[in-house]
Amino acid sequence: MNKIHKLVLIFVSVLALILGSTTTSFSKVVGDKIILGAAVSLTGKYSTNGKHTQNGYNMAVERINSMGGVKVGGKSYKFDIIYYDDESNSGRAAQLAERLIKQDGVQYMLGPYSSGLTKAMAPVTEENKIPMVEANGASRSLFTKGYKYLFAVLSPANQYLEVAIDLAVEKNGGKPVNIAMAFEQDAFSQDVRLGIVDAAKRTGSKIIIDDKLPKELNDMAATLAKVKATKPDVLVVSGHSKGALTAIRQISEMKVDVPMLAMTHCDASKLAKQHGKNAEYALCAAQWHKELSYKDDYFGNGLKFDKDFNALYGYAPPYQAAESAAAVLVYKDAFERANSTDKEKVRDALAKTDMQTFYGNVKFGEGGQNTAKPMVLFQVRCEGDSCANRLVAPTKVASHKLVHPIPKWSER
Amino acid sequence: MFRFLSEILDRFGSFLESIGFDLLVFKIPILSLQASLDGILLGVLFALIAYGMALQWGVMNIINIAQGELVIMGGYVAYFMYVIGIHPAFGVIVSPVIMYFVGVGLYKLVINKVVDRDLFISILATFGISILTQQLMNFIFGADVVVAQSNFGTTMLFDNSVTLPNSKIFSALVSVIVAIVLVIYMKKSKLGRAIRATAQNARAAKILGVDTEKVYAATFGINAALCGVAGACIAITFTLHPYVGLPYTVRSFMIVIVAGLGNLPGVAISGMGLGVFEEFADYLLGTEFRIGAVFLLLVLILVYRRFKLSRKREYLK
Repeated sequence: MNKIHKLVLIFVSVLALILGSTTTSFSKVVGDKIILGAAVSLTGKYSTNGKHTQNGYNMAVERINSMGGVKVGGKSYKFDIIYYDDESNSGRAAQLAERLIKQDGVQYMLGPYSSGLTKAMAPVTEENKIPMVEANGASRSLFTKGYKYLFAVLSPANQYLEVAIDLAVEKNGGKPVNIAMAFEQDAFSQDVRLGIVDAAKRTGSKIIIDDKLPKELNDMAATLAKVKATKPDVLVVSGHSKGALTAIRQISEMKVDVPMLAMTHCDASKLAKQHGKNAEYALCAAQWHKELSYKDDYFGNGLKFDKDFNALYGYAPPYQAAESAAAVLVYKDAFERANSTDKEKVRDALAKTDMQTFYGNVKFGEGGQNTAKPMVLFQVRCEGDSCANRLVAPTKVASHKLVHPIPKWSER
Repeated sequence: MFRFLSEILDRFGSFLESIGFDLLVFKIPILSLQASLDGILLGVLFALIAYGMALQWGVMNIINIAQGELVIMGGYVAYFMYVIGIHPAFGVIVSPVIMYFVGVGLYKLVINKVVDRDLFISILATFGISILTQQLMNFIFGADVVVAQSNFGTTMLFDNSVTLPNSKIFSALVSVIVAIVLVIYMKKSKLGRAIRATAQNARAAKILGVDTEKVYAATFGINAALCGVAGACIAITFTLHPYVGLPYTVRSFMIVIVAGLGNLPGVAISGMGLGVFEEFADYLLGTEFRIGAVFLLLVLILVYRRFKLSRKREYLK
């Protein structure tokens, strides 16, 4: 019993020591450190992507610190990040934003993973006038609320698959196409849908199937049967990883032939790896691809980032990691241009950002969204049994030619 | 017969179209066959999960909120086999065995402490188990959505206009076989008789020498094993994710409610019926109303039951 008491005592005192030593370092700038705050999903359903986000942030911080840090007012500062786990829960994310700002004294925030959680945190940072540079909340509604302190390095969700519709029209000889679409009922996917609706209007295309999939649905058989019966020119699907994997599984099982299949989250769901040849020719929207030719001083280019990330964390970086790293680069640039650690000055500098990173150009629009970077499309292509994502659009940066129309199942 | 039906549907379709309704399922009658078959194949699988729930609900008076998590756990067993190179379809044999012991273990750890308490406590306890297993699966397998490939191919009917994935047919067949075996086992075996006796009257069974503690453990184990079979089927037909269990719990709960407790053929019929209803709701009302429509049906059935019950009471008075 005595032993247990002792152990408990030791445990408590160690805990107190850790807490004590860390609380002293909590505030915006401590010594030569600029403290950034972030709540990311380390547990719960977003934990995989939360981890990518954190790895991206960490890698950029390490890189910046090892290459001389951030120079403000003639002094060199280093970045440091305080992390909390938001458990993939939006209520918790809002609480943690409050805690980071009110208790830890953080003055500069990095975004969480997913549109939903960013939406939960943005009102808090906005109310406290704390700038937040986020890299993983693409929902259009984030940028229509007139937020002044929110900046996103990624393209808004409505742009994700617009390119695909344009491409389909182009391949159809400039004539309008018939579109079938299935989108999950969540903020992100519905924003992607709005983009498609706009693109359809712009090109005069007709939407013949417009299914909204309930979140808990695991089965798309009915939608696909309708697609089979109506033979559209393009099928667009978006529903996070689950939607992408379900769609490919059932399209291949039901032998649904469509000339073009466009989707999101192929990267995050490891579509090429999990479904192999069945996923071939699927067209995927992505924020970034390693073969793009953008450059910066810290990571070189996409291919170098890919290599370094792989060496550090042991897996190829999905675009979620790349955009997160870019968010930290944007902060660094803003601090140096503001030449101050005053949050208002940093905010103003952020608003004037106009730079290139390995991830793409960054320039913020009125609502805080990145207006300088187009989305890219890649197509799953197989050589033998190994399948990979190949860059096919926009054409000037493409490494491979788009295969269109998709060969029929009977001919594969 | 089929042609006759399709002609009627065709007429009905053009009539609806003429008054402004433009519904695919009437224009292309073969879709209704596809919908029915899809619904039945889906429903049979759900019925199996519901069967397990009905069993332990009837015997132990426990509503198991962790039912869906047991299903997903069973699915992960099949997925794990797939990862190490064994065909995931063998999961329908391995998974129930493992899940049986998981079920008995859970009973010994938690359920035996709540089995005689009121329903609310058992709901809380199983809710706790559900959260714990979710996090545990997340910890072990990660939060990625995964699939196990069966490569079973596809059955095509009517010149490729109705397609049925063989993995779904396989799942449905397995579910039916397991259900039949279980029904026979319940009727003929000693343990089956003991389980049924305990369900009827636990106290009387105890007095007559039935070791109810053992019966409870076995029941919970059998339920978990059924979830294991269903999980393995889901791994090859749908997708797995640590947090996707709840829909399976809700669905099986619903099937049991519709069928009524202790009504095994009812569970099978209501499982398939709800499956078909859901598919048709998708075609007629749109995908977004598919699950809503099923819940609406549930409410209607409950209201109807209540209505019937109240009439009966009045009559008895």
